[in-house]
Parts: sequence; structure tokens; C-alpha cells
Amino acid sequence: MAHSKPAATGASARPLSPHLQIYTPLINMVVSIVHRLTGAALYFGTLLLAWWLIAAATGPAYFEFVNGLFGSWFGRLVLFGYTWALIQHMLGGIRHLIWDTGRGFDLVTVDRLAWGSIIGSVMITCAIWVAALSVRGGF
Amino acid sequence: MAHGSPDSMRNPLKNVRSLGSAKEGANHFWQQRMTAVANVVLTVFLVGLVVYIAGADHAVAKRTLANPFVSLMLLLLILSGMFHMRLGMQVIIEDYVRAEGPKIALLMLNTFFAIFVGMACVYAVLKLSFGA
Repeated sequence: MAHSKPAATGASARPLSPHLQIYTPLINMVVSIVHRLTGAALYFGTLLLAWWLIAAATGPAYFEFVNGLFGSWFGRLVLFGYTWALIQHMLGGIRHLIWDTGRGFDLVTVDRLAWGSIIGSVMITCAIWVAALSVRGGF
Repeated sequence: MAHGSPDSMRNPLKNVRSLGSAKEGANHFWQQRMTAVANVVLTVFLVGLVVYIAGADHAVAKRTLANPFVSLMLLLLILSGMFHMRLGMQVIIEDYVRAEGPKIALLMLNTFFAIFVGMACVYAVLKLSFGA
């Protein structure tokens, strides 16, 4: 895309490197982007944990109220997404820890780790929800 | 390499304007990884805890959360988690926000947010621990 234009306005006129829209999405790239997105989602999602803990510390009435919100279909949808984001970010992070040891950089392993994190996160998320719903009926 | 030494490739003016090395080296990377490892263990604990409590009445939730071991693990998770997420969001801000003023403002807000949420959680856990 951006060919070098005459450098009239300084920095903004410099040639640009090709960015995301140029490349065919590869699974490794998708998981990398998802890692950042889930990280940002978890960042703001900590408000839910704080809210829940404060509700428990406040008293029975308010705790029931927050449990009711968490247990609504919308609350469950958000919490399900939050569970998946948490597990996906954890598995994606473990992938990085493996790379930190200098292993797993060949393309076959890179793809396997990426697919493994996605398949693993979906399976673990479902397992967590089955467990939560069967212990006490969940939120 | 010392600042301003004859061998340095850096113009001394860069150092005067505080645009040189932050003198932190790989510290950010190391702290990110260390909290990541801690978070793996602590998050597994949190998931188990929430699975156990979800749907319980307040008495059960309160009694469980007030257990000393549970409280301690939660405090560790909050500390490690807030540290980790602050480092992560710092990188996102530094990647995407170019203007110096907004960048510094957001980096400050990032720290404030992490500490605010962290303290709110710590307050709740301690209140439960010491008898809500």
C-alpha cells in the first residue's frame, strides 16, 4: 500500500509497514490478537470479582441481589464469556512460557499450540460450567 | 554503557530530555512472567472456589471466604493479578497511544485502576476474614 510520498509533513509522510489487513489470518496470529483482547477484557472484568467479594462482605440481602444479577441469562452470558477469556488467556500465556524456554518455535508446534489453546479453553470452560451448575446450580 | 561516555552512540541531549534508557532492562518482562506463573496456580484455585460457592447462600459463601487459607489465596491472587494486569495494560497503552500527554495520563489511570480494584477486593476479603 503506502508508497513513499514526498516527505512534506515529516513523520506522517514516511512509508508505512504493511499492517494487519495485508495478511491472511493465520491461527497463530489470531491467538496472539485474542490473547491481547482477552487480557484487556479480564482487566475490566476484575470489577465483577470485586463486586462479588464486596457483596459477600456487605450482607445477605445485597449478596442475594448480586447473585440474582449474575444468575440472570445476561449475567450468565457475561460470566461464561469471562470464564472462557480467563482460560484462553491462561493457556495462551502458558504457550508464551513454553516459548520463553526457547522451545516450540517450529511452525508445526506453533500451530499446534495455537489450536490447542483454543480447543483446550473451550473444553475447560464447558467443564467448569458443568461442574458449577451441578454442584449447587451455579449462579 | 554509562551515559555520556565517549563510546556511547547516544546524543547527550537525549539523556537530558529523559528519552534514554529507562534503566529497567528486562524487569518488566520478568515481572510479567513471574506474576503469570503465580496467576496460573492462583486462578485454578479461584475457579475451584467459585465453582464451589456459586449458587450457595450467603452464610455458606461467607464461611467459605472467611476460611484463613481461602482468604490468603485470594489476597495472593489479587496482588499478583493486579500487578500482572497493570503491566499488560501498560504495554497496550504504550503500543497504541502515541501522543505524549494522553499516554502519560492513561498510564497513570492504569495504575490507579489496578490499585483501586485491588484495594476494593482486599478490603472485602479482610472484612470477611475478620468477621463481616
